[in-house]
Order: sequence, then structure tokens, then C-alpha cells
Amino acid sequence: MAKTHVTTTINGEPTEFLCDASQTMLDVLRDQLGLTGSKEGCGSGDCGACSIMLDDRLICSCLMLAVEAEGKKVETIEGMAHGEQLHPLQKKFVEFAALQCGICTPGFLVASKALLAKNPNPTETEVRFWLAGNLCRCTGYDKIVRAVMEVAAEMRETAR
Amino acid sequence: MSKGKYKWIGTRPDRPDGADKVTGRARFGADFNMPGQLVGKVLRSPHAHAVIKSIDASAALALPGVKAVVSAVDFPDQPNLIVPTGEMQVNLRDITRNVMAREKALYEGHPVAAVAATTEAVAKAALDLIKVEYEVLPHVIDVADAMKEDAPILHDHLITEGVKPAPTKPSNIAKRIDNLKGDIEAGFKQAEIVVERHYTTQAVHQGYIEPHATLASAAEDGQIQLWSTTQGHFQVRGFCSRLLNIETSQIRVTPTEIGGGFGGKTVVYLEPIAVRLSQKSGKPVKMVMSRDEVFRASGPAPGGTVHVKIGAKRDGTIVAAECTIALQAGAFPGSPVGPACWTSFACYDIPNIKVVGYDVVSNRPKVAAYRAPGAPISAWGVESTVDILAQELRMDPIDLRLKNAAKKGTKTSYGPTFDTIGFVETLEAAKASEHYKSKPRAGMSRGVAAGFWFNVGADSSAAAHVAEDGTVTIISGNPDIGGSRASLALMAAEELGVDYSKVRPVIADTSSIGFNFVTGGSRVTFATGLAVVNSVRDMIRELKVRAAKTWGVDPDGVIWEDGCAKPAGSNVGEFEPLSLAQLAATAGRTGGPINGHAQLNAQGAGPGFGVHIVDLAVDRDTGIVTVDRYTAAQDVGTAIHPSYVEGQLQGGAVQGVGWALNEEYIYGSKGRLDNAGFLDYRMPVASDLPMIETILVEVPNPHHPYGVRGVGEVPIVPPLAAVGNAVARSTGIRLTDLPLSPPRLSAAIDAATPRMAAE
Ligand code: FES
Ligand code: FES
Repeated sequence: MAKTHVTTTINGEPTEFLCDASQTMLDVLRDQLGLTGSKEGCGSGDCGACSIMLDDRLICSCLMLAVEAEGKKVETIEGMAHGEQLHPLQKKFVEFAALQCGICTPGFLVASKALLAKNPNPTETEVRFWLAGNLCRCTGYDKIVRAVMEVAAEMRETAR
Repeated sequence: MSKGKYKWIGTRPDRPDGADKVTGRARFGADFNMPGQLVGKVLRSPHAHAVIKSIDASAALALPGVKAVVSAVDFPDQPNLIVPTGEMQVNLRDITRNVMAREKALYEGHPVAAVAATTEAVAKAALDLIKVEYEVLPHVIDVADAMKEDAPILHDHLITEGVKPAPTKPSNIAKRIDNLKGDIEAGFKQAEIVVERHYTTQAVHQGYIEPHATLASAAEDGQIQLWSTTQGHFQVRGFCSRLLNIETSQIRVTPTEIGGGFGGKTVVYLEPIAVRLSQKSGKPVKMVMSRDEVFRASGPAPGGTVHVKIGAKRDGTIVAAECTIALQAGAFPGSPVGPACWTSFACYDIPNIKVVGYDVVSNRPKVAAYRAPGAPISAWGVESTVDILAQELRMDPIDLRLKNAAKKGTKTSYGPTFDTIGFVETLEAAKASEHYKSKPRAGMSRGVAAGFWFNVGADSSAAAHVAEDGTVTIISGNPDIGGSRASLALMAAEELGVDYSKVRPVIADTSSIGFNFVTGGSRVTFATGLAVVNSVRDMIRELKVRAAKTWGVDPDGVIWEDGCAKPAGSNVGEFEPLSLAQLAATAGRTGGPINGHAQLNAQGAGPGFGVHIVDLAVDRDTGIVTVDRYTAAQDVGTAIHPSYVEGQLQGGAVQGVGWALNEEYIYGSKGRLDNAGFLDYRMPVASDLPMIETILVEVPNPHHPYGVRGVGEVPIVPPLAAVGNAVARSTGIRLTDLPLSPPRLSAAIDAATPRMAAE
């Protein structure tokens, strides 16, 4: 079957790719574009390891067809740090040991950033419910939730 | 904390692999690729039990893009020989059959054939073209059913081990284990109260978020390269070597970053298949399991039955204890029934103990290790029974445990006598905690339970190198699954007296460092830590020789302090200290590169104990349990990097909460798994939980220079019963079957409290 030509923006870079109609965005990111930071934990929308932003909306890239990226803005974990500067969430995750194996980490970071963009002052319960779409089997979530709360507080402080 | 005594140990610096892991740069199993690689896919049995009469792959091979097909004929048969792997033992004859079914398919998901093709789509299409003729046999899923006289027999050669006289007929009971201490009958005669219950648990999956993945490249000269997400790349090498008759040194396995394992990545599934496909096709072959395959064909931990009987005096002194444990092994013998038996009463100093264990095969995937293998299951039975005893005696559950706690000098039922252990300290810390001293919030009920794990030592190798500028690389061979690189670097920095940032830990492939046993059994910070400390000491010895040479004195006259060589006393002479950087800069003139090496079989892994407290509420209409507060206290030896120690306690506790409340393998009538996905196999998510408070009780292990005890396994042992005990105290109903899922719990509540007809 003929491939589809897709023109999109990924992490601010104009990007073009060819894909099959059945390919997911996650497969194209990982296998064709070399952006392996997004992970596949389930392929069915249940683990959040493949979380990306599509036009500022948090989605599971394993549930998105790659052709849907046409004309849209895609952001992945690879675009989160700026130059040598880690995003405050990235820094805090390391500082707070909010990762053990780290396979879930890109997904949690993308999802947490999306949360803070929407709600800069989340309660613990709000953080827990927002992140309920991301599975972590290692940490028991404690340090992840603390890291997100702490960054939210710090970002509010700097914004003042 | 150990801070104060040490400069680095007990601090919480950023982990060495932190930046890579938060930017997506870290490369996990599925992130490795080679030019020209093929995609490998496995054809799996749709039947729980069936004879494989024939396999015809001609149509698949004719499909354009298909480069190789393998089935059992491509793997040499193996002898009936047991080899250790991780915390469990495997039989080579069985493991080759688990990797690729031979005479029979023994569970749904059992590999029957595999293909390598140019794309995933072609590989999948090829699987559909492989014709397998099966003769479907009756199957058996449940342990109790599998033990019955008339059960379908999985293996005609399986005669129960450990029974005298040996049975004459094959059965599904692979082994019986007996542990005895004292006189069990006399013990129960002294008892003034006896509590007896029968418990069951279901199979649960380790649930690592990263599926199994490997990339194999077999060259024409016979050399093999493998990249694999594994807890033990030396075991991957060993298995591939044995199962494929390849000389060990011809295989080089590089461990990728590993996205969780919990014991489930101590065995091989894909690797031998990928190597064989690569050999046959002449191309690199990459294989990645889907989540469905992970559930159906890897892991899980066994379910089983535990029958417990405990006898005590009215003052709470336990005088006799007995339990019988039967665990699912899956399709091949080798459940963790041994550790389930040995850990069962290890928390307590009981004069008379009898433990019997059965290892039972059935038509399920072969079980793999899962965090303290077997121990959570026996603890579910024993710790629930101890709680009933506490209720009947109207004793505080911690006081009852304190009264019977194992201490230094307690002889276990399985042999050893405990050296310095910290169970009493851990119980006291839990009792003194703010959590335990405060009342549960309104509507909440509290449960307490304890747990034990031996911890493991075993084989490790390590090396330490000084670079030209005086910075240090430490090289070890255990995949880092939860921050162990940070712990190793902290111990090396402490030993050397240099800054943590000057030490870079590296995990080497199988050809670049000596043998290392798996990352498992909570052994890495202990045993590999010891190897790292020894390699650094070896390097320091060399550094002192170099300083002595520089000064023209005897090496015995040099000491190492604060990262510098110094004269041992004024009698040696007056010399300015020589720093690591100075000694490195002049190394070329004093004898060449400065390295250290160590290899060891670590003995004396200190056992660990945990005590967990949980407050929860049960919704009587829906059966939904809400966990309100959770505290895990544990005897951790010395917390090298406390954040990662806390993380082990928190993660283990939450896995245990999942095991208690929701997780289970559910089979349909055809012996097929009904819930092979994260939607239906419900693991805890963030909104299910409160913060997990931790209490690190530091009772140093006398057999490690920094007092390290393994910490990773213990925390999954207490939660099952801690949750069950709280549910029992909340509802007044003692449930003995896990999980305490909403349907089961609400049904039990309904049965106990019949509703008004009008309601
Ligand atoms: S891989 Fe997309 S949600 Fe799990
Ligand atoms: S850190 Fe391993 S799954 Fe989250």
C-alpha cells in the first residue's frame, strides 16, 4: 500500500515522514524518527509510557495514528530540556529519586508538565488523579507525587 | 541515619544516570537497533495443553520478506540437569522446552515457532501461515485440581521428589519439602489456644512496565552479540551457550537499561530464539514482546494454598506452628515453594515448627521469581493467623509479635541460627511511630503485619580504574534496576575519600568484566558493593605503593586518608600528602596505570525484616477499599542512599497492596488467560494510594564493611496480610482468599449481612 506523506512539527522542528495508514505515532517516533524517549509499555492506552503532547493536549501516542500528526504540533520528552538546562520537573525527579528503573519517567514527565500548564496549584489528590493514566511499578508513586507538588510550588514562587 | 559516621554514605546525591533517564536518552531494551535488522515474532499455542503433531512452515517461508523460521527442531534437546538462576533453579531439559515447545504445548502462550522477517507486518502475516496440527488434551489450571489423583498429567516422567518411598506413578506434584523443628505434637499439647485457617492466593505478574526485548546478531564466524533487557546478562550468556551449544566466550551480552524486572527478568524467553533466527537468516534480529505476550508467557509469580495452624499460651507465647503450602510452578517444576516454606515462620522464635511444601505443575506459564519469591504467599497465611490470634487474645498485634520475635541466636526451622538481626528494633520502631500512636481517622481500620527475607550474596566481580586526571571509574556487572549505580559510587567515594562526583560507575558487558550473578535477591548493594569496595581497596594498595616509590620509602609506611597518600608517621619522613590526581599524573613514571580488581562469593548477607501498618476503609456496598495511610518500617542495615532505600520500601509495599486488593490471573474454561492487559489486570495507580511513609531502622550487617543488608525484597512480604488484617478489622469478616477485590469483598459482606428484601 502506498505510504502517506505527513508534514508536522516535532519539538519545534518542521518534520516530514512517510508512514503506513495503520502505523501509530509511537511507532513512527521510535522506529522512523529515532525518538525512542517515548516508550511502549502496553500499546493499548493503559500505561502512559508513550505520553506526548499533540497541539497542547496530553495523549497516548500508541493510540494515535501517525497520519493524524499532519499539520499539528507534537511535543515529546526529547523536547523538554532546553539546551543544557533540564526542565524543573526533570531536575526534581532526579533530586527526589522519583524514578527507579526510569521506563515510566518520560511519560510521567510529559503528563506532569501538562498538568502544571493547566493547573499550577494542584492538590495532592489532583496530582494523583491526573497521573492515574501513567503506571509506575517501581516507586509506589510517593516520590513522583512529591516531586510534582514541589515543582508546582517552586514555579508558583518564581512566577510571583 | 548513618550520616555523621560517614562522609558520603547516607547522603542523597543525584544518581549518575539521572539526566539520561529524564531526557529520554537512556536506552532500554527496545531502543537498540542495528542496520539491516529483521523483526522476530513468536507463534504461541492457543491451547492450554496439546500435543504438537506437526508444524508446516512452508507457506510462511514462501512469503516475500520472511527470512527464517524456527521451531523445536532448531534447538538441541537438553539433559535433565538443574542449574541455578537468580533465586530459583531451572532444569535445562525444561527450560529449552519453555523457550520453544517440543512434544507438547503446556500452556496458552507457549512458543511453538518463530519467524524473522523484514517488517513487523510481514512477520505477523507469516505467523498466520504456519500450520500447526494440535491434538488438544484435557488441561488443569488450579493447584488443588492438579494434585488430584485423576488430574491430567503434564509430564509422564514427573515422579514426586522428596517422598519416601518414591511414588511409582507420575503426578503433577514435582516435589515435597519438609522442615521440622522440635516436636510439633508435644508443642500443640502445650497450647491453650489454637487458630487454624486455610488461605489461597492467585498468580500475579511482576508487572514491569518494559516488556522483554532483545537484539541478537550472529556473525558468520560464530560470534554472537546480544543486547538484552535483563537482570542478569551473564545468565543470558550462560543460557544461550547451553541451549544452543555455543562456547560461552563466543557470546557477548550487553545489558541495556532495564525497565523493571522484580525477578521476572532473571530467565530467558526471547534471547535463544533471536540468536537462532539470526544464525539462520544471517541478519541481526530484534524481538520485543507485546504486553499480551508478557502476561501470557512470562513471569508470573505463583498462586497457591497455605494451611496454617498456630498454638499459643494465653499470655501470647507461641508454642507450636504448622503450615502446608502448595504453590503453582506453572508448566514446569520450580515454584519458589522452598523460600515460601523457609520464610513462613522465620519472624518468630517458636520451639516447635512443622512446614510442608508442594511444588505443583499445571497448564500455566512457568512461574518466575517475583520479589522475595514465595514469601508473600506464606506470610499472607501466617500473618493473618497471627492477627486472629492477637484478636482472640485481645493483644496488641505488635506486642504479640514482640513477645515471639526472632532475635540473634534464634534457630530457624530451615537450619541457620540468626546472627545480628533487627526484627525487635523494627517492631519497636513501628510501635513508636506517629502513625501507630495516633488513632485511625474516622471510618478507617488498621492492620499490621510483618515479613522476612534472607537476602542473597553470591558471585560478583568489580574493577576500579584511575584516569589520568585522578577521576575514577568503577566497573561492575549487575544491571542497575533501582539506583544501584548511585550506591556503588557512594561506597567507592567513601572508601577512597574523594568526591562522589569524581566517581563514575559503569555496568560492563559479559566480555568486559568477570562473572556476576543476577541482579536479584537484594544482593547488588551488598555483594557487588563488597566487590566494588574490595576493588577500590586493591587500587588504594597500589596507590600507596606509588606514593612510597615517589618518596623512596617502604609501602607499609604509607597510609590512605581523605583521598591522599600520607606518611604513616613522622618516623617515615616529612612528606606533603599526595592526592589521587597527583599520583595519577605521575603514574607513567611510577609503574603505569593504576587499577584495582576484586572477585568474590559474598557470604553473610544479613536477613531483613519489615513491619507494615495500614489504615483503610471498606465501602460496604461496592467492596472498594480505600487506603488512607501506610507506613513501612524495615531493618535496612545501613541506608547507603536513603532515597533509593525508601523507594524500595514504597515500591514493594505498593506491589503488595496491588496483590492484596486487585491483581490476579483469571482463566476461562478453556484454560486461556482472560485478563492479559493492564486494563483488566489492575495494578495500583497513583490515585489508589496515599503517600507511603517509611521508617528506616539501621541495624548494620556485621558481614559488610558498611553494614549493608539487602532491602528490595522484604517490603513486598507484609502488605498482603497487613491489608487483609485491616479489612478483617473493618468488616468483621476474615477473608482468606486473595485478592480482596471489590466483587469478592462485596459478595462476602453481602453473605455475612443479608439485606432486607425490599432494599
Ligand atoms: S504504550 Fe501507550 S499507553 Fe501504554
Ligand atoms: S520507575 Fe520503574 S516503572 Fe516507574
